[in-house]
Amino acid sequence: MKRIEAIALAAKAAQGQNALLVCNIGFPSRELYAVKDRSENFYMLGSMGLASSIGLGLALARPDRKVIVLDGDGAVLMNLGTLATIAHHAPENYLLIILDNGCYGSTGSQPTCTHQGTDLAALAAAAGVRQVKAAHDPEDFALALSGRGVVLAKVEPGNADVPIIDLSPEEIIERFMRSFPPAPPS
Amino acid sequence: MKHYQSKMNPSLAVFRGLKHAGIDFAASVPCVNLQQLLTTVGEDPGIIHVPVTREEEGVGVCAGAWMGGKKPALLMQNSGLGNSINALASLDLLYEIPLLMIISHRGCEGEPIVGQVPMGRLTPGLLDAMQIPRFSPAPVQAEETVAKAWSLAAAERKPVAVLLDLQFWRDA
Repeated sequence: MKRIEAIALAAKAAQGQNALLVCNIGFPSRELYAVKDRSENFYMLGSMGLASSIGLGLALARPDRKVIVLDGDGAVLMNLGTLATIAHHAPENYLLIILDNGCYGSTGSQPTCTHQGTDLAALAAAAGVRQVKAAHDPEDFALALSGRGVVLAKVEPGNADVPIIDLSPEEIIERFMRSFPPAPPS
Repeated sequence: MKHYQSKMNPSLAVFRGLKHAGIDFAASVPCVNLQQLLTTVGEDPGIIHVPVTREEEGVGVCAGAWMGGKKPALLMQNSGLGNSINALASLDLLYEIPLLMIISHRGCEGEPIVGQVPMGRLTPGLLDAMQIPRFSPAPVQAEETVAKAWSLAAAERKPVAVLLDLQFWRDA
């Protein structure tokens, strides 16, 4: 499965579940923007490694909305502690998708440690995440998207030929925050 | 025996400031000086408390919480400011996301641990270089200052720091 195909499946699932979708910096955000732009997409432009953390804060603040995070192997390796935090604090409405292409795809495809065998699904489970799913084909992956916890999908290295995101940071966040109404009073 | 009852408990003063500001979400990495505050925050049913593994992670969690409608604070030691610089710049400053940072400022006057000194000296300058406003109240002003620091963060949509040094925590 190409990464952009996985992203298209995740975007379709997010739309179907009326979910908020937080996307990792670099080509993954560009590919998401190209295949399925929605106001409910938050595109990261910096702070590599923090997609899973941003999504966690959002999911805790908005238990009434499903929050899906699209992350990569390099970014998760940069913030491995997030797996332990997610294990103990992530609510039911949180799903972290790790698209593992074994390389830093946005910087010239230098290999990450998952290329040498580091298993992020096993790390998530060892951190205490109870719902961990390793998806091996597109059907398997699509099924896992309705769940919670962590989903790992191996994808091919390489980036799609997609343009940069022509939205300013202000436009991304204002549009995103306007796309979901305030939480109902608890 | 000296009578301290007329003095403000510094942890309680900070906590009252958080409540006064309406802070309802906190991420934290411990410091010995924050232990009472962390316990109090953790026990407050009106604050979602997420102990994180690294301060940078806390910047991300708080940013998401703010987008979700919460008023977030990050409770940490100043060593954690060093772990957070890129996130504060390329997440909070870039997208104009407010954050209240309650920082135990180690490595200043009276610090017994030599390893705290370099970051202790650099901390005010790092905040100034990032144009992040900083306040260092005495315990008697802490409630008001903490509340005002959040108001400023929310109004200017940027991180604001409250730096609390060794003397602050000693004034119990």
